[in-house]
Amino acid sequence: MDDKLVIAGHELSSRLFIGTGKFHSHKVIPQVIERSGAQVVTVALRRINLDYPEENMLNYIPKGCIIMPNTSGARNAEEAVRIARIARAACGSNWIKIEVINDNKYLLPDNYETIKATEILAKEGFIVLPYMSPDLIAARRLRDAGAAAVMPLGAPIGTNKGLKARELIKIMIDEIDLPVIVDAGLGRPSHAAEAMELGAAAVLVNTAIATADDPVAMAEAFALAVKGGRMAYLAGMGAVKEFAEASSPLTGFLR
Amino acid sequence: MSFYDVYLKYKGFDFNDFLSSVTDSQIMKILSKEKLNALDFLALLSDKAKEYLEPMAIKARQLTLKNFGRAILLYTPLYLSNYCVNQCAYCGFNCKNKIARKKLSLDEVRKEAQAIASTGLKHILILTGESRKHTPVSYIKDCVKVLRDYFSSISIEVYPLDTAEYAELIEAGVDGLTLYQETYDQEVYMEVHIKGPKRDYRYRLDAPERACIASMRSVNIGALLGLNDWHKDAFFTGLHASYLQDKYPDVEISVSLPRLRPHFGNFAPKFTVSDKDLVQIMLAIRLFLPRAGITISTRERPQLRDNLIGLGVTRLSAGSSTQVGGHAIEDKGDGQFDIADTRSVVQIRDMLYSKGFQPVFKDWQAI
Ligand code: SF4
Repeated sequence: MDDKLVIAGHELSSRLFIGTGKFHSHKVIPQVIERSGAQVVTVALRRINLDYPEENMLNYIPKGCIIMPNTSGARNAEEAVRIARIARAACGSNWIKIEVINDNKYLLPDNYETIKATEILAKEGFIVLPYMSPDLIAARRLRDAGAAAVMPLGAPIGTNKGLKARELIKIMIDEIDLPVIVDAGLGRPSHAAEAMELGAAAVLVNTAIATADDPVAMAEAFALAVKGGRMAYLAGMGAVKEFAEASSPLTGFLR
Repeated sequence: MSFYDVYLKYKGFDFNDFLSSVTDSQIMKILSKEKLNALDFLALLSDKAKEYLEPMAIKARQLTLKNFGRAILLYTPLYLSNYCVNQCAYCGFNCKNKIARKKLSLDEVRKEAQAIASTGLKHILILTGESRKHTPVSYIKDCVKVLRDYFSSISIEVYPLDTAEYAELIEAGVDGLTLYQETYDQEVYMEVHIKGPKRDYRYRLDAPERACIASMRSVNIGALLGLNDWHKDAFFTGLHASYLQDKYPDVEISVSLPRLRPHFGNFAPKFTVSDKDLVQIMLAIRLFLPRAGITISTRERPQLRDNLIGLGVTRLSAGSSTQVGGHAIEDKGDGQFDIADTRSVVQIRDMLYSKGFQPVFKDWQAI
């Protein structure tokens, strides 16, 4: 099936993005990436340790993958912009996942500051993928500010609750002419499949894979679920009907 | 409004009565809740809850893994000076103690920094005794400037400061504050702080909040367990953390659970805090504050520390010395207290890997 996701001119055949912050060892990351087939991997600049090769996560990401640093730790647009610039120098990648969080209790993103940061960074030539609370209006502003995709959360980070924001994400998918990548909250492969069936362009998963007993197998499970969900979406699913349809219509006699 | 107002609300509260009346069904209900209130948290500190340590541990582990993954931040303390003007009954640096006093010169700070940095650590906690005369803010600032060449994150554990002073240090490159209230009980506080500026309970109590106002990135609080009935001090520690977390959501709030350690002097803790008590406190805090960081220092024995990994701890100190100049300087000052886990950074790193956790040497970068 030749079904490519195109982000800022980059063709991707995998619709599973991987987060790297919660693994038990960097050493497992290459296997996770290989078995998942992921082509986009996000890393937090705050964790990139260039001084010690063994601790430097970048050394564990296979060549050919797109490294998408994130601005984790940024509390406002200004900090996100500064982190993005340092990250571009450190990783040699102009992809950036904007993460602006000033709520440490629930880790919910600040859409307003995210829009401001997106505007500045897109102008500087970054390929900007903002992490956001699902909101159509904010997504439109992000698009206008130059975002290459939008990344609404399915549920708060790390909750593994699945697609709790389903209705809002659905509206974004229907209305926004940008890839919508569901990020955060997906706890099971079935959640990822659900997002893909809904029409999401991709999903980003970290906690559910990183904290599984067997992260490598879980990565593959997610990859399969993402493929299945995407295939179902493309195949066009039967509409969900409010009323059961009798096989011989009850009002057929009227014709 | 300050946390003091919250503290005062519990002034007449009968803790013993509440703690002794907790029932099985209450605990079961609390364990099934997603969000705990203050009294739920207190109930988890009761004797009754001790019978439920295993289910508490299972839930704490789940919450910790979900929120922090399998990563544990490593840091080490660097003592800049042991000069102190206070008489705290429980501390080796007490100004009445005849110990070898020392303050690092900036050259010595660099030497210590090099020695620590060579172990790979990128997070450092700098400490001083409480003496504005020997270690004024300007000296701390100078040290920070040296340390910035070696570390990506610098926290301070020094005497409480004014908001403007915190802002000044943040400007210089400090991103974290650790400050223990020692005990939240104002009366006990006055008893154990015999003399010196530290007797100002309110000034200390409000200091973490001043750091938040100054926009400190992370603030770590705690009580020195053993000075007072731990149920109360653990309760107020959790409440204080929750107060700060709610009011300053942009600050990363964490708690430490230090227990009194042997030191130069002969203060005997009035209250014992057993390993089991410590575990209960940690689990209750994790359930009450799923997103708060939890630190266990080298005050605790290796075996205990190892077993706490995965339950709630998110930060460990490693390769610690409480001596001024303890990492690289020949002429060292006396230490603040005895450390129980003397393992090197490499040993701690290997232990974490063997337990299926990743040691994180760098989790923040000054920007
Ligand atoms: S606890 Fe702090 S203030 Fe008290 S004696 Fe020790 S160093 Fe000084």
